[in-house]
Amino acid sequence: MKAISSWGRLNALPHQLIKLADPDQVTDVIRQQKPGVAFGNGRSYGDVCLNPDGVLWHTGGLDRLIQFDGQTGRLVCGAGVLLRDIQRVMVPQGWILPVTPGTQLITVGGAIANDVHGKNHHVLGSFGDHVRRIRLIRTDGQVIECSQQQQADWFAATVGGMGLTGVIVEADIQLRQITGPWLETETLPYENLDDFFKLADDSEAGWEHTVSWIDCLSDKGRGLFMRANPTDVGLPAEPKGRKLAMPLVPPVSLVNPLSLKPFNTLYYNLKKSKAGRSISHYEGFSYPLDNIMEWNRMYGPKGFFQYQSVVPREVGLAAVQATLGEIAKSGQGSFLAVLKTFGDRQPVGMMSFPQPGVTLALDFPNNGTKTLKLFERMDAIVREAGGRIYPAKDARMPRDLFEQGYPRLNDFLTFRDPGISSGLSRRLMGS
Amino acid sequence: MAEQCARLWVQGNAVDLTLVGRSAGRIEPIASDLRVRSPQSEIHVVEAEFLQPATIQATVDSIAAVGPVDVVLIAHGSLPEQTDCQNDLVACHDALVVNGVSPVLFAEAFAQHMAQAGSGTLVLIGSVAGDRGRKSNYVYGSAKGLVTRYAQGLQHRFAGTGVKVVLVKPGPTDTPMTAHLKSGGAKLAPVADVAQQIVDAIGRGQAVAYVPGKWRVIMMVIRHLPAFVFNKLNI
Ligand SMILES: Cc1cc2nc3c(=O)[nH]c(=O)nc-3n(C[C@H](O)[C@H](O)[C@H](O)COP(=O)(O)OP(=O)(O)OC[C@H]3O[C@@H](n4cnc5c(N)ncnc54)[C@H](O)[C@@H]3O)c2cc1C
Ligand SMILES: NC(=O)c1ccc[n+]([C@@H]2O[C@H](COP(=O)([O-])OP(=O)(O)OC[C@H]3O[C@@H](n4cnc5c(N)ncnc54)[C@H](OP(=O)(O)O)[C@@H]3O)[C@@H](O)[C@H]2O)c1
Repeated sequence: MKAISSWGRLNALPHQLIKLADPDQVTDVIRQQKPGVAFGNGRSYGDVCLNPDGVLWHTGGLDRLIQFDGQTGRLVCGAGVLLRDIQRVMVPQGWILPVTPGTQLITVGGAIANDVHGKNHHVLGSFGDHVRRIRLIRTDGQVIECSQQQQADWFAATVGGMGLTGVIVEADIQLRQITGPWLETETLPYENLDDFFKLADDSEAGWEHTVSWIDCLSDKGRGLFMRANPTDVGLPAEPKGRKLAMPLVPPVSLVNPLSLKPFNTLYYNLKKSKAGRSISHYEGFSYPLDNIMEWNRMYGPKGFFQYQSVVPREVGLAAVQATLGEIAKSGQGSFLAVLKTFGDRQPVGMMSFPQPGVTLALDFPNNGTKTLKLFERMDAIVREAGGRIYPAKDARMPRDLFEQGYPRLNDFLTFRDPGISSGLSRRLMGS
Repeated sequence: MAEQCARLWVQGNAVDLTLVGRSAGRIEPIASDLRVRSPQSEIHVVEAEFLQPATIQATVDSIAAVGPVDVVLIAHGSLPEQTDCQNDLVACHDALVVNGVSPVLFAEAFAQHMAQAGSGTLVLIGSVAGDRGRKSNYVYGSAKGLVTRYAQGLQHRFAGTGVKVVLVKPGPTDTPMTAHLKSGGAKLAPVADVAQQIVDAIGRGQAVAYVPGKWRVIMMVIRHLPAFVFNKLNI
C-alpha cells in the first residue's frame, strides 16, 4: 500500500498502485486486481482519480506513440502518453493538439476521461471532439473499439466518463496543422463583469484563445482578459524552460487573507501597466504554471480545493456577481481564479462538463468547515442558475447537485464497469 | 531504460539506431514509437538469442557489417527473486547468465569491432547492487559485480585509444523490472530522469556513472561499512 494524493493534496490515503506497463497485460491485470480505477498523472484535484484502500491502475507505462500520418495529422498513441510529450514531438513537425487544458502534464486517458477543455472551447470544443477512436478494455476482458460512428454510445459514455466505463489503452487523435509554436497575444484589463462579458463577446469571432484572470476579492469583478491567436511571425529563439520548484510543504498555507489582497492588487496593477500585444510561445501562454513544479504545495499540509462551475450565459452575470459577493464576504479565496466563456456547442460525452455559458474556477486553501460552508452558499447559486460543477476538480459536491447538473446520468450508469470504483463514484453514484 | 535513452537520442536528431531484443513482437512497438518521434531517423529491429556465445557473436557481427557503430548500450537484464536462486540452481544459473555473462559477451564482441575501428563508445549497465553483496539479492548482485570488474578491465585495455567504455550503475528505478516493488511502496527514480543522466554520461564518456548521482555517495558509505555493522543491516 502506498499513500497517494491527487493534485489538491486534501489527503494521502493508502492505495495499491499497480503499474500497467505493457498494453498486452492490461486485460489480465484489471481482470484480476479489481475493483480499481485508472490513474493517469493525478492532475485532477479531488477524488475522481482516487480509490482509497483499493487499487489504482497507473497508466504511465502505456506511453508509446504508435503511429502518425503526416498527411492527415492522425496520431495513434497509448493512453498514458503525456500531452506535453505529444506537443514536444509534434510541434516541430508542424502539428499540435487542438485542445489542451491549463497544464500539459496530463495523460491522454485523463484528457478523454474528463473531456478536458482549454482556452479555445468556443472554437474547437473539448478534447473529445478530436478523438477519432478509443480502445477500451473492461474488467471482464471485453475489448471495445469505439468512435463517434462505431459503438457511438460507448464513445459518448467514455468521453467524460471519469474512467468508469473501462480502461482506455489507446486512442486515435486528430491533430491540427500549425506554422510554428508562436501565439500573438493581447492582455486587456477590465474593471467589472460587464466589461468582461463585452470583451468575451467581442473576442469570440476573432480570437481563438480567450481566458481571464479575475480578482476574486474585488466586488465588481475586475480582472485581466487574455486572448491569443496562432501566428507565423515568431521570435528567433524559443525560451529555455527554466524550472522552479516548491521545495517543501510550508506549515501553513502561503495563500491566506493577509497575503491575498495585496497580492491581487499588485498583480492586477502590474499586468495592467504592461497590458497590450505581444508574441508568446504556446507553452508559456497556455501552461503558465507548468514551470513551477509542485506549486500545489504552497497551500500547506491541509491542501486545497478547486471549485469550478459553469452556468448558462443568460444568468451568467448575476451568478458570477453573487458568487464573488459570497467569496468577498468570507475573505477566502486565492489568486488562482479564472473566468471564461464556453462556446455555444454540445459536448460529445454524456457526462462532459462543458456546456454553453460561463465558467468560473477558483482555488481555496482548505480551511475546513469554514471553506465547506462557503461552498454550500456557492452551490446554492449554481443550483438556482441551472449550472453544474466539474467532477475533475471536485472533492465535495452534494449528490443532488451532481444529479441535477448531469441529466444524462442514468443513461451513463448503464455503461459503468462493475469492476471499477473510485472515491468520486462511491460519493456521487453510490458505488 | 534503453527505450527511454533511445527517445532522447532521436529527439530532434536524425539517427541510425538498431534495437536488439529477444522478441521482435516486443521491440517492434518501441521502433514504431521512435519512428513517430523522429521520422527522419532510421530505426532497425534485430531479433536475437541472448544467451549463447555463437549467436551473440553472429548478431554483433551482422550489425557491425552494416557500418561502424558509434555507441552500443547493453541494457538487458532481469531481476530474480533471491530466494528462488537459493532454492533452485537453474534459477541461480539463469540469473547469472542473463545479468552477467551475456552482457559481457555482447560487449566483448563489440569490443572486437571497436578495437579494429579505433573508435566507439561501449556502454554497460551494471547496478548499485554490484557494489557490495547483500543477502536480499546477492546472486543478481554478483552478476552485476562481474559486469563491473569486466568494464574496469576493458577501460584498462582501451585506455589512451579512441574507444570509450562507460559503466552505468543505476539505483532503484521505475521500470517494468521493478513494477512489483512499486505497488509495495518502494521509492523509485523516474526512468526518464535516469535515462537523461545516462545519455549525458555517455556524451561525456564518463567511466563510471551512478544514476541518480546521489548513489555514488550512498554506495561509498555502504562499501566502507565494516562487516560487523553491515551484517546487522537488514538490506
Ligand atoms: C494546473 C492545472 C490546470 C488545469 N486546467 C484545466 C483546464 O483548463 N481544463 C480542464 O478541463 N481541466 C484542467 N485541469 C484538470 C486536468 O486537466 C484533468 O483533471 C485531467 O483529467 C487530469 O488528467 P490526468 O492524466 O492527470 O488524470 P488523473 O487525474 O489521474 O485521472 C483523471 C480521470 O481520468 C481517468 N483516467 C485516467 N487515465 C485513464 C485511462 N487510461 N482510461 C480510463 N480512464 C482514465 C481517471 O480514472 C480519472 O477519472 C487542470 C489541472 C491542473 C493541475
Ligand atoms: N530498474 C532498476 O531499478 C535497475 C537498477 C539497477 C540496474 N538495472 C539494470 O538496468 C538494465 C535495464 O533494466 P530496466 O530497469 O530497464 O528493466 P526492463 O525494462 O525490464 O528491461 C530489461 C530488458 O532486458 C531484456 N531481457 C530480460 N531477460 C532477457 C533475456 N533472457 N534475453 C534477452 N533479453 C532479456 C528484457 O526484454 P523483454 O522486453 O523481451 O522482456 C528487457 O527489454 C538492466 O541491466 C538492469 O539489470 C535496473
